[in-house]
Amino acid sequence: MENMKISVNNMNLYFGKKQILKDININFKTKKVTSLIGPSGCGKSTLLRSLNRMHDLTTDAIIEGVLKLDDKDIYDKQNSIIDIRKRVGMVFQKPNPLPKSIYENLAYALNIHKFPKEKIPALIESALKESYLWDEVKDELKKPAVKLSGGQQQRLCIARTVVLRPEVILMDEPCSALDPISTNKIEKLIMSLKNDYTIIIVTHNMQQAQRISDDVAFMYMGELVEFGTADQIFKNPQKELTKNYVNGHFG
Amino acid sequence: MIKSNSEKREKIDWLFKQLFKFTGFATIALLGGIFLMLIYNSISFFANVSPIDFFTGSQWDPGSATSKYSIIPLLASTGLVAIGSMLIAVPLGIFTAAFLSELAPKKLQTFLKPVIEMLAAIPSVAIGFLGIVLVGPGIAKIFGIENGLNALNGSVLLAVMALPTIITISEDAINAVPKSHREASFALGANKWETMFQVTLPAALPGLIAAVLLGLGRALGETMTVLMATGNASVLPEGFLDSIRTITATIAIEMGEVPYQTTHYYALFAIAAVLFMITLLINFLGEYFANRLRKFHA
Amino acid sequence: MKKKILYIFNWILLTGSTVIVTLFLGVILFDIFSKGLSSVSWSFISKFPGNGMTTGGILPAIIGTFLLTIVTTLFAVPFGVTCAIYLNEYAKPSLLTNIIRASIRNLAGIPSIIYGLFGLALFVQSLRMGTSVLSAGLTLGLLSLPYIITTTEEALKRIPNSMREATLALGATQFETIRDVVLPKSLPGILTGVILTLSRAAGETAPILFTGVAFYINTLTASLNQEFMALPYHLYMLSTQHNSIETVRPLAYGTSVVLILLVFTMNIVAFYIRFKHRTQE
Repeated sequence: MENMKISVNNMNLYFGKKQILKDININFKTKKVTSLIGPSGCGKSTLLRSLNRMHDLTTDAIIEGVLKLDDKDIYDKQNSIIDIRKRVGMVFQKPNPLPKSIYENLAYALNIHKFPKEKIPALIESALKESYLWDEVKDELKKPAVKLSGGQQQRLCIARTVVLRPEVILMDEPCSALDPISTNKIEKLIMSLKNDYTIIIVTHNMQQAQRISDDVAFMYMGELVEFGTADQIFKNPQKELTKNYVNGHFG
Repeated sequence: MIKSNSEKREKIDWLFKQLFKFTGFATIALLGGIFLMLIYNSISFFANVSPIDFFTGSQWDPGSATSKYSIIPLLASTGLVAIGSMLIAVPLGIFTAAFLSELAPKKLQTFLKPVIEMLAAIPSVAIGFLGIVLVGPGIAKIFGIENGLNALNGSVLLAVMALPTIITISEDAINAVPKSHREASFALGANKWETMFQVTLPAALPGLIAAVLLGLGRALGETMTVLMATGNASVLPEGFLDSIRTITATIAIEMGEVPYQTTHYYALFAIAAVLFMITLLINFLGEYFANRLRKFHA
Repeated sequence: MKKKILYIFNWILLTGSTVIVTLFLGVILFDIFSKGLSSVSWSFISKFPGNGMTTGGILPAIIGTFLLTIVTTLFAVPFGVTCAIYLNEYAKPSLLTNIIRASIRNLAGIPSIIYGLFGLALFVQSLRMGTSVLSAGLTLGLLSLPYIITTTEEALKRIPNSMREATLALGATQFETIRDVVLPKSLPGILTGVILTLSRAAGETAPILFTGVAFYINTLTASLNQEFMALPYHLYMLSTQHNSIETVRPLAYGTSVVLILLVFTMNIVAFYIRFKHRTQE
């Protein structure tokens, strides 16, 4: 159990009376990439968003079960939501840079979390380098972030998350709004980030899941159908449902 | 160290949440207070004057020794001038809205929209002033009467003031009718006019009703225009060329002079309460129709 | 043939209506400006009324309207914006919040004179503020609240949720998200609503009739507990209450010009902010 970063035990999630997730048990390994795959509406994004409490503002969301980050209960009221989210960062489907400059996009989180002022420029530079964005933007850090291309914006959003040195990065279909070249860049970025971070990614793209994942979880209708290594899921699935889905026979 | 920072920030977050909540509720309570104040003062009035006299009499004459408190002449005046204004503003407003959304080229639209917004921005007291110096004398001349400060004058002015509301909401309603309706009608061989009158306008009907109701609400509640331009005679009007005195004008004229907490004072709150209920009802109805249009075409 | 006549008739109906509506504005502005512009001069806006208000200027009325609008702003803007933030960002969507929202929208349609009555009963009498700039400003503030709440909520609604999620996911609190993202991003929208509302309030007469406006003040009102003069009331008074109405007619026209210019300027500023913001997006 040493190398488990996040564990989910007997989790049920409801929006009002509607059950979205049914008895989920899954462990996400430290410094590995885990992909959540499955048809639209299977609950994979919902599961992802529950790992850093993004459902807190959804008034009718009810979550049962135990979700742990290391040995810390994510949903324990004693644990600050701020600290959870600082340790578990998130990148969304559509790039959502703040309406500020490139530099301020990265400085924002550092400032609210009261990082020492003198360290901020160096942290920003290294996060931008880690996100393969530094060379493209180093001369125009004051430019509004919305002026960047879609792919650059998404890498900025990753840099914005990385700058806080989180332990886990959640990614909700981060490439679905991007062209193939940008997607390629982000995949490369994910592969290099995995040396330092635990990454959990929701994706629709089977080839992508196969290329980047260590582990893959296949979900269907709110249930976790099969969980295993990428090789296992794609080459030798145990369940008929998984086999049909990864082979594209799904209707 | 970092922990204490989060704790502090969460405390600030909590404090502001409470502040927003408290201010929010205080504001809502203050606005709710309007309703309670009217009810409370009206009750004081009906403790002294029977509601039957209030709603059936024919005289509003609070000054004399035998004070008469009947809302009927005021209500009749209010109704007469408002209905008159609708007779003018509804066709003009709806046809203009139809012109704007179905006929006008883009360039003309960008000219006409500000015209309507400017019309809406003119203070009511300026419209009332024009009623005295321009429209009133004009009416007197046309009808060969001595004094043009009458219901007709008020209706013309209120129509001008209600027009922006009616045009804007009607136009939204007409624009909300899906293109496919129109295309289906064209496909059946109907021309532009047949489509407009037989398909588009009927489909927009709930929204047009909403527009008329909200315009009517505006006309019923207007004070300065009618106060300045309708002659202020608190007798039962017999026609559009009679001087009238609406509920709003009565409050405006008499509230400045009545002693605090007398029957007369409470009477003014009572007629205000009636006006409040009427406009509230009309606004809710208007909103109901506007929602129906939205649901229908969603 | 018959059909063709009908179509021409229809065309005349629609076009004619629009022409009439446009003419209304044209006639209003032409009449007021053609007869009023000649009365407007530097001395008209910088002098006190003189000779029983048959000569002189309207300075105290301009100052009064200005002060009144400041009181209205200081009261209505913080409360209105806070209330809108509460409704849009914090309140859980429920039947109660929907009822509150509908009530606030409908309060915007309540006759302004009723706000005047409420101001009289609450501020002037119950809270013993007397007839004063403060009472009248607060009354206009109440009148403005529903508009400010509604327009602010609309501006807040236009901020996509992904914007809020961006900072929340970085560990910002809800308050920090509102302060750093939601409010700065919705500011132009809020400002447009606020200025339009204030322009309406500045032109209102009925709510200030019994809450503090006066015929004539011979000093520049500087204290909040004094009565004051205001442009719309000054126009009302000059056109109906003065004992030599015909003599003061030019003054009334001049006052109309100033009042309308004031209101139009505020409107144009509001539309400019909205236009600039839209083109930026």
